[in-house]
Amino acid sequence: MDLNLTTEELQFRDELRAWLAANIPKDWNEWREKPIEVSFPYLRAWQRKLQEGRWAAVSWPKEYGVRGASLMLQAIFWEEMARAEAPPMANSLGLGLIGPTIIAYGSEAQKKRYIPKILSAEEIWCQGFSEPNAGSDLASLQMEARLEGDTYIVNGQKVWMSYGWVGDWCELVVRTDPAVPKHKGLTVLLVDMKAPGVDVRPLRQMTGESEFNEIFFRDVRVPAANVLGKVNDGWNVAISTLMHERGAYGARLHLLFKRNIDRLIELSHTLQRNGKPAAQDQVIRQKLAQCYGEIEIMRLNQLRAFSRITSTGVPGPEGSILKIFWSELNQRVQQIAQELLGSYGQLLGTDSRAVDHGIWSYAYLRSRGNTIEAGTSEIQRNIIGHFVLGLPRSY
Amino acid sequence: MEFGLSDSQQLLRDSARSFFTAECPMAQVRRLMETDTAYDAALWSKMAEQGFTGIIFPEEYDGAGLGKVELILLMEEAGRALLPGPFFSTVVLAGAVLHAAATPEQRKKYLAPICRGELRSTVAILEAGANWDPASAQISAVKGALSGEKLFVSDAAAADFIIVVARNGVYVVDADAPGIRITPMSGMDFTRKLYAVQFENTPAEKLGDAAGLPNAVDIATAALAAEMVGGMQRTLDITVEYAKTRKQFGKPIGIFQAVQHQCADMYLETESSRSAAYYAGWTLEENAPEAPVAISIAKMYASDASRTVGNRGIQVHGGMGFTWENDLHLYYRRAKASETMFGDATFHRERIARLTIDAAVRSAKSA
Repeated sequence: MDLNLTTEELQFRDELRAWLAANIPKDWNEWREKPIEVSFPYLRAWQRKLQEGRWAAVSWPKEYGVRGASLMLQAIFWEEMARAEAPPMANSLGLGLIGPTIIAYGSEAQKKRYIPKILSAEEIWCQGFSEPNAGSDLASLQMEARLEGDTYIVNGQKVWMSYGWVGDWCELVVRTDPAVPKHKGLTVLLVDMKAPGVDVRPLRQMTGESEFNEIFFRDVRVPAANVLGKVNDGWNVAISTLMHERGAYGARLHLLFKRNIDRLIELSHTLQRNGKPAAQDQVIRQKLAQCYGEIEIMRLNQLRAFSRITSTGVPGPEGSILKIFWSELNQRVQQIAQELLGSYGQLLGTDSRAVDHGIWSYAYLRSRGNTIEAGTSEIQRNIIGHFVLGLPRSY
Repeated sequence: MEFGLSDSQQLLRDSARSFFTAECPMAQVRRLMETDTAYDAALWSKMAEQGFTGIIFPEEYDGAGLGKVELILLMEEAGRALLPGPFFSTVVLAGAVLHAAATPEQRKKYLAPICRGELRSTVAILEAGANWDPASAQISAVKGALSGEKLFVSDAAAADFIIVVARNGVYVVDADAPGIRITPMSGMDFTRKLYAVQFENTPAEKLGDAAGLPNAVDIATAALAAEMVGGMQRTLDITVEYAKTRKQFGKPIGIFQAVQHQCADMYLETESSRSAAYYAGWTLEENAPEAPVAISIAKMYASDASRTVGNRGIQVHGGMGFTWENDLHLYYRRAKASETMFGDATFHRERIARLTIDAAVRSAKSA
């Protein structure tokens, strides 16, 4: 156990720091708060620039023109990006979840075809998993893919698809064999979102935005060569994507959380409570300190998980505690933010009296989705119960 | 950056686990908890042979010279075994205070015999106010003698000498010194006995320099958090095993999600406590500036988590968990006693607040 940076890690960090200082666009602040539909081309250009510096996915294998670096360097990358307040990259699902799945399960031809364009943000990826009747019970999904010659004909509906509105390609889980038990008849297809019969509609969520889409597929033709992994082995391929989502995604969130608590501490010195600064109120102090500590533990859990993945090669089911931890913690943090802000907490960005342009009212509502997206807390607890602790399956 | 254990650290953990499994099984724990001091001379000398009694102290004082992370791992295993007796009081607490505050001659006189397994000790901190801040001590030495009362002194009856935190320094008192009176306090945890220690003009030797005391208390606090992690892990293991075998409605109860989710939360709380305790150990080893915050985070989280893990474990066991014969209540008792020892979650949250919220003002003012 040694949490000091190695010479290699220090070198990497310093090189990245210098690169970010020189390359983060100067006008980012003007773009930061624009809706993502407006800023998307900007974020795409930023990712292209990062990839030119070979930073877009540092831990992917060298054959794709990247660094083949350790997961620790990947973690350091996210920390430095957050520290520098760099813009996010456009192809976040492609880089975070789908690229690693293609690297693990794709044919050589598929890897050559898709990976470089994921890295350069030339092709944006989205994820087609959930359906109206297949949420937590993902394996029960009904989207039908019928093989005709060397082409699958796809029909059905997907919901809660992030980046559906801008996606060029989709990792789509479909049913290729309705006759076998539900986990055994699924296949993952790589689907061109521009294909005829793909109909993308916005799905308005409780925050009022449309981060997600629902997508209808009507007789969409997908070449059989676009099967990722083996036919009817789609469950394992999909699980691999989900494990990346649970195990590693939280690493990017830590510095956001840290910035939130630092800002709340700052606000506690100016906001009043019972006639004195909230920072002197015993109840507020206790709650802020609890959040501060748990945000640090979130970082430590993540670091321990990275060390474990480095020794095993793949994220495992224990990543579910990371997902539970950050999602439930964010809800607690946002509740403390509301308590601290009092009546002002509810104000939206459209009200000039709102604190911090209304980010706290938005973040409060948005955090409500955290324990649902990427697998509900209940599903994560089932995964821990069964796959980590070895308890019998309840379903 | 590597958060995993090195080969030698894994070896230490594994050999400590085998040692406690063989030398301190639950039957031994139950036997010792019924004794006056929970101290067992044979077990102690075996621990000394393993080098446990001098684990973090320099070889010049007959210690093993290992690091704080190794101490954390050893304490985790001691906690898993529910090791009874004065190990924590002697080696971790008294040892750390002596190492931090004693002169080289005093270390030779007091610390070295601890390392060799010859003497046992403890540190008396609390008084009637039960405040874990060492600066709150009221008792003070006058002309080399102490008068007054210390409370909640762990393992005092097993100690050959007692270290006393006083207003005007840190003192060593011989357990047989005139004017000393050691009486049991009836605590919930039978495996770590508590005592009231009264002094009446009792001769006391002043330790060299009390400035290192806060660091010694930090070491003890981190080690205690690690011990709590071991207790949580054992509670989790016992509970998962029970959930797999106990049948109701014709099925093992572990098939029901209400039970699975209790176990999943126990796992989350145990692992998170472990991350925090390991990190606390590492910051101590590195003398990192963030060590005090890291230690308070570890103790804050473990204090609440070990109680919660115990609650969940007993709940999953149902009526069986409420019986005397089941081992869970022994861990539950230890968890409660450890929760308040060196400050509960509320105490450490306030310390974190001072180090972060109040520090934010100071740095803003100085900027």
